[in-house]
Amino acid sequence: MADAKVIPFDDDRDRPRGATARGARSRSAAGGAGGAGRRKSDKPGQPSPLAPVPGRRAADEQRGTGQRPEEPGDGPGPGRGPEAEADAAAGAGERADQDAGTGTGAAGAAGGTHEQERPANGLLDRMLGSDWDARASRGLAFLRRRITGDYEVDDFGYDRELTDQVLMSLMRPVYEKYFRVEVKGLENIPAEGPALVVTNHSGTLPLDGLMLQVAVHDHHPDGRHLRLLGADLVFMLPLVNELARKAGHTLACAEDAQALLERGEVVGVMPEGFKGLGKPFADRYKLQRFGRGGFVSTALRAGAPIVPCSIVGAEEIYPMIGNSRTLARLLGFPYFPITPTFPLLGALGAVPLPTKWTIQFGEPIPTDGYPPEAAEDPMLMFNLTDQVRETIQHTLYKLLVRRRSVFF
Amino acid sequence: MGKVVLVTGAARQLAALFVRRIQRDPGVDRVIGVDAQPPQHRLGAAHFVQADIRQPAIGKVLAEYAVDTVVHMDVQGTPLDPRGGSRTSAKETNVIGAMQLLGACQKAPSVRRLVVKSTTSVYGSAPRDPAVFDETTPAKALPSGGFAKDAVEVEGYVRGFARRRPDVAVTVLRFAHILGPAAESPLAAYFSLPVLPTVLGYDPRLQFVHEDDVTDVLRLAAGEPRNGALTAGTFNIAGDGVLLLSQCARRLGCPTVPMLLPAIRWSRSVLRSVGATDFSPEQIRLLTHGRVVRTAHAREVLGFTPRHTTEETLAAFAQGRGEGLLQPRRLAEAVDRLAGLLAPNGNPAAGKQEEVPHHG
Repeated sequence: MADAKVIPFDDDRDRPRGATARGARSRSAAGGAGGAGRRKSDKPGQPSPLAPVPGRRAADEQRGTGQRPEEPGDGPGPGRGPEAEADAAAGAGERADQDAGTGTGAAGAAGGTHEQERPANGLLDRMLGSDWDARASRGLAFLRRRITGDYEVDDFGYDRELTDQVLMSLMRPVYEKYFRVEVKGLENIPAEGPALVVTNHSGTLPLDGLMLQVAVHDHHPDGRHLRLLGADLVFMLPLVNELARKAGHTLACAEDAQALLERGEVVGVMPEGFKGLGKPFADRYKLQRFGRGGFVSTALRAGAPIVPCSIVGAEEIYPMIGNSRTLARLLGFPYFPITPTFPLLGALGAVPLPTKWTIQFGEPIPTDGYPPEAAEDPMLMFNLTDQVRETIQHTLYKLLVRRRSVFF
Repeated sequence: MGKVVLVTGAARQLAALFVRRIQRDPGVDRVIGVDAQPPQHRLGAAHFVQADIRQPAIGKVLAEYAVDTVVHMDVQGTPLDPRGGSRTSAKETNVIGAMQLLGACQKAPSVRRLVVKSTTSVYGSAPRDPAVFDETTPAKALPSGGFAKDAVEVEGYVRGFARRRPDVAVTVLRFAHILGPAAESPLAAYFSLPVLPTVLGYDPRLQFVHEDDVTDVLRLAAGEPRNGALTAGTFNIAGDGVLLLSQCARRLGCPTVPMLLPAIRWSRSVLRSVGATDFSPEQIRLLTHGRVVRTAHAREVLGFTPRHTTEETLAAFAQGRGEGLLQPRRLAEAVDRLAGLLAPNGNPAAGKQEEVPHHG
């Protein structure tokens, strides 16, 4: 039983008021009801703290079906607490109101049947964390959806579930531990509606785009998802194209950008393209030409604000001191980088340097004040392109001045 | 006076389905099916004329029955007779047949309406293309051969015909892959394989259209336009939503064998020289890069909304096909059993319970 006592305190931490005593009480009564049910109801946004409903939970378990409260045939709950409204939020509806106030603490003998299971369960809880069973069941539900193909992708092949559950978790350690990315100004990406994020591009391999995606995904207060536009090379390479599409990237062309903005997505674009990505180390933090400014006309057509974004730190991950044009032509790549370690050390040389990154989002530049024919106006295009470019360049310089060291 | 509808390629399953359905339309007096071979499927009360559209005789048929609506469905990826027919004869029927038919239509003053069944293959399938094709998107790489090139050429002739006969309402319907309980198409044949060869490192996006939706939209285009709708023009027809090939394989319960692209090309030439099953280069390209089209134009102008989504179409096809080696139901049961093993220790899989309604 000593093990069992560890859990409530852990769980009670996120209960705002007066839950400790009740939690302890219900813990001893609920027995093996475990974290799964409680986790389910403890979703954020349900204000009232929820203690498990001991009798019902136990009754469910006895039946071994794990029925949810709203299912018919579930007798009147003997032990509904005052927290019944949380169950109502979970869909129980009027039933819960009727049951509310029928008394607490009628844990009864049912709870007792699980007493003998506690030690084993407690051991697992200790080893795997208190909510291991909830996580396991979530994982199995995920596995089940994946192997039966029961998930959705959008027209561009964006697999949101896979991105959230797998791809982002794979990139997160790189983001948090390796590059220790610091993000500023995320509030400049609007909470809803379209936006075009324009950033500098550097680092020989497009890791900056991936880190930008993690930054928006993990830290934007409204959980926006960044849809990056990639070069056609990305969509020609096997495996890379598959992963890029599933992560929500699509080809950098006016049609796709327009379609995404019309759907109200946040679109990320690197107008420098390969010119920025494959520039020599000596040119670091010097913005290259911004294409033909097609991104401005796309944003104007969609009326989407342009959010300039500067990334510091990506330039130094692979200091490109040379470019083997012969190899590049042979392999069909726009450049073939030679860094102090690559290809000298082979695969080991392909490990990026652990630089410290800063991503700064700037003030959005509105584009909805222009007449519809503005998208065709070359002067306006060049002016807006220059404005965006200057903003990013100045922010880069500011961030560089403030930077203590490349690696810290 | 009702309409007289002529349907080419009536020996095929899909055209036969359309012939049976359009007879029941109130405005239709008479339906004439035409094909070079006797029909293999019921045509109901329709009149079948065995005529080769590659021959000028088709003009006589048009004149004899005073046809006012021509539905050209004889643009096919596979020859009608899998043993006797070759790719050359299929190409001839597609291209020469379309030329001959359009020439005959041009000479027939009674013709008021022409509906052509085309395919979204005309967009090709290349990594440089935008992710979603519009009716107006020019293909970056035009199909170099095979059925897709035939369709591109047929559409070219149809445009020429529309210029020469401006009084005829011409509708070109570009269909995504047609599937259904009984559909015959190269993709249906591919999905019927016990094990699906796929291209390693590529997961194409696919769109399907249900055969019921195909007949519906053909009837809509062949009939009088509804109020405010305009039936002349080019329209993409596809079910809503997109499925990845890997997703299709999982839903059908087919194991996949990812193969390197060069290996696929090589095995194709080996298979072809042996004379066994043939898959075209455009099919390989489709299974590499995939293709998705926008259907807003059909919705807004033609007033057609498909009843079946891409997902439902695949489900309907899966029902007609029988179960694969790795049945999704079995896999789901296996996972549930695993969840059941965990259950005694905790709450019996809360997540699983939430999923059950989706699977039914």
